[in-house]
Amino acid sequence: MWHNLARLARYRGLIQSLVARELKARYRGSFLGFFWSFVNPLLLLIIYSVVFSVFLPNRVEGVQPYGVFLFCGLLPWTWFSTALNEASGVLISGGNLIKKVLFPAEVLPIVTVLANMVHFFFGLPILALFLVWFTVFPATSVDPDTGRVVQHAIALHWQELVWLPLVIATQLVLTTGLALFLSALTVHFRDIRDIVSNLLTFWFFATPIIYPWFMENLDGYRWFFNLNPFTHLAVSYQEILFFPENEFGHWRWLLALVFASVGVFIAGYWVFDRLRDSFAEVV
Amino acid sequence: MNPAPAIELVDVTKIYRRYGGRQFTTLKSALLQRSILEDLRPNETFPALRDVSFAVPKGSTFGVVGRNGSGKSTALKLVAGITKPTSGTVRVEGRISALIELGAGFHPEISGRENVFINGIMLGLTKREVQRRFDEIVEFAELRDFIDAPVKTYSSGMYMRLGFAVAIHVDPDILLVDEVLAVGDEGFTHKCLDKFGEFKRRGKTILLVTHSLGLVERFCDEAVWLDNGTKRAQGDPKRVTGAYVTDVERQEEQFLSLGDAKAKREAGEAEPAVDRPAGPVAADGGHADMFQAGEGRWGSGGVEITGVTLMNDQGTATHVYHTGEPMTVELRVHAAGLVSDFVFGAGIFNAEGVCVYGTNTDIEEHEGDTFIGDATVRLEIESLDLVEGTYKLDVAVHKRDGAPYDYHRLLYTFRVKSRLKDVGIYRPRHRWTFSGDRIRFKAPK
Repeated sequence: MWHNLARLARYRGLIQSLVARELKARYRGSFLGFFWSFVNPLLLLIIYSVVFSVFLPNRVEGVQPYGVFLFCGLLPWTWFSTALNEASGVLISGGNLIKKVLFPAEVLPIVTVLANMVHFFFGLPILALFLVWFTVFPATSVDPDTGRVVQHAIALHWQELVWLPLVIATQLVLTTGLALFLSALTVHFRDIRDIVSNLLTFWFFATPIIYPWFMENLDGYRWFFNLNPFTHLAVSYQEILFFPENEFGHWRWLLALVFASVGVFIAGYWVFDRLRDSFAEVV
Repeated sequence: MNPAPAIELVDVTKIYRRYGGRQFTTLKSALLQRSILEDLRPNETFPALRDVSFAVPKGSTFGVVGRNGSGKSTALKLVAGITKPTSGTVRVEGRISALIELGAGFHPEISGRENVFINGIMLGLTKREVQRRFDEIVEFAELRDFIDAPVKTYSSGMYMRLGFAVAIHVDPDILLVDEVLAVGDEGFTHKCLDKFGEFKRRGKTILLVTHSLGLVERFCDEAVWLDNGTKRAQGDPKRVTGAYVTDVERQEEQFLSLGDAKAKREAGEAEPAVDRPAGPVAADGGHADMFQAGEGRWGSGGVEITGVTLMNDQGTATHVYHTGEPMTVELRVHAAGLVSDFVFGAGIFNAEGVCVYGTNTDIEEHEGDTFIGDATVRLEIESLDLVEGTYKLDVAVHKRDGAPYDYHRLLYTFRVKSRLKDVGIYRPRHRWTFSGDRIRFKAPK
């Protein structure tokens, strides 16, 4: 297993070109091309902002402007869920390569995760644009009880931003570990693809993305949320990017998650490695 | 020759595993039966190769022949490292390029240029190496004008050419070829063969899996014949292919005689139907209906054909003949009551249903007088001057006006083999002669 893992380093050129191919192929033939990578998250963010401030105003204190809050959790979640959804089928759709070319199969799920990470990176500048905008021009709303105008401050602090690379790296390791595990098992149990897509929907609502972590309703269930690794990722993103405190309060949980993610990765790779020889025969 | 072989298989066994009838296994049932681990373990096995050993010396061209499912492709995949042997060892020295499926990793949406790079990297080149060989690859594939178009717009020929061009420019020490020459047009095939020739001259090793025995005889230094997962023969390509062909003929013979036995059984079981409306009975000669009815048996049953045997000149029943060999069609016939109006006939049809030859005793002026009881009728063909192919035989006994007693339509099959690939239906006995001072032919091989 360690030998194979080391061998993977030799294939980074291949991984690189496959990720590039994946990204190129996705927008090939469309008029806006690569620009869609920016347009998609931008439109999504605008839609959320309009819906939750005009049509379904969210007045929960502390998560205003709500569209931006939502986006802080949604952007990494999209990376996570899309990567896992795609990875669960990637060995089957790439079966031709596994059967006909001498090719380390783990490259395929890894490429899926990385390609989606690049899309996540394309979304970050859009998010940053909004964050800076609302830092400079704070959003306001009128308190319905007192009639006073309330300012909603958000602030980016560099003390917090230094944590961001670690959060992203943790998510990458965790997602890759799960992707390896799922892609290998799907070869034997095709149902996993459908199970995964449904499980991810459930997982999304069980993670503080559309509601904030500090809501009192959550109090009885915190143990459950704490078991969910993505809780800590989402909360980390939100604290670092959105909430105005200039201290990153969730760091203990994040460090615990770093170790857990490495564990998930090793376990995922171990399962993948064990089943490797069966791929060319079963796919 | 170099004593260290480029490829060495020692007692290699490959057992393909079938996972717990996996078509019907779902995660749900696996969970319900708590059998996830059992299902991941193979419970049914299929040996694709059994104790196969052979060594391919460096710089030689080595052919692998055998029927479909004999384990040829498995052997190739083992050498390529795509699958691992269940037991035994596979040793390979040098960089391998496997032409198992051309353009296996092409992505249809992106351009030929980008695909060349990715495919090259997949096959083990670095980006810079691909860069250096790029022009040569495009040149070889003859795709200069299309290299920036998405691969999905390529014709299948262009696709193959590009795949082949990339694979061959990986500059391997060992080239594995699996039947890729079967695709592509004549010109492309020639180009591939030229490239193989060049490889050979440069002292590279080629492992060639093919059904084209001519190719093996022409190109290979050595050949191995795999049958049912075991090695049947190894050595001089001519000898190995010869043994293989003989075996194929034997199998065909078995297959055809099995078919005949079935036809005979069916014909014997079914009482000859009385004037079944299978075809109009022509008043002249009696052959018109031959062209309209499908295979089967019909007739009034006044005279019955109880047995049909095809024999060679030694009197042995066989279904495989070589061009120019004699063949005898023997009919055993039985008339329950006295008949005075009877004609025996036979017709040979090729696979396209064309009547190659048809005749009967009436046409050839053997006028029937009386017949009762049992008799044997033989049609002795001195020389079966037919081109290679599968032929069907009609035999019949009918009245002079064509009304059938017992008509066996296309029930008997035989095969004609030929070393030569001449075409047509009939192969007249012939020879070529040449005269002239300035015309010369090379000595036959």
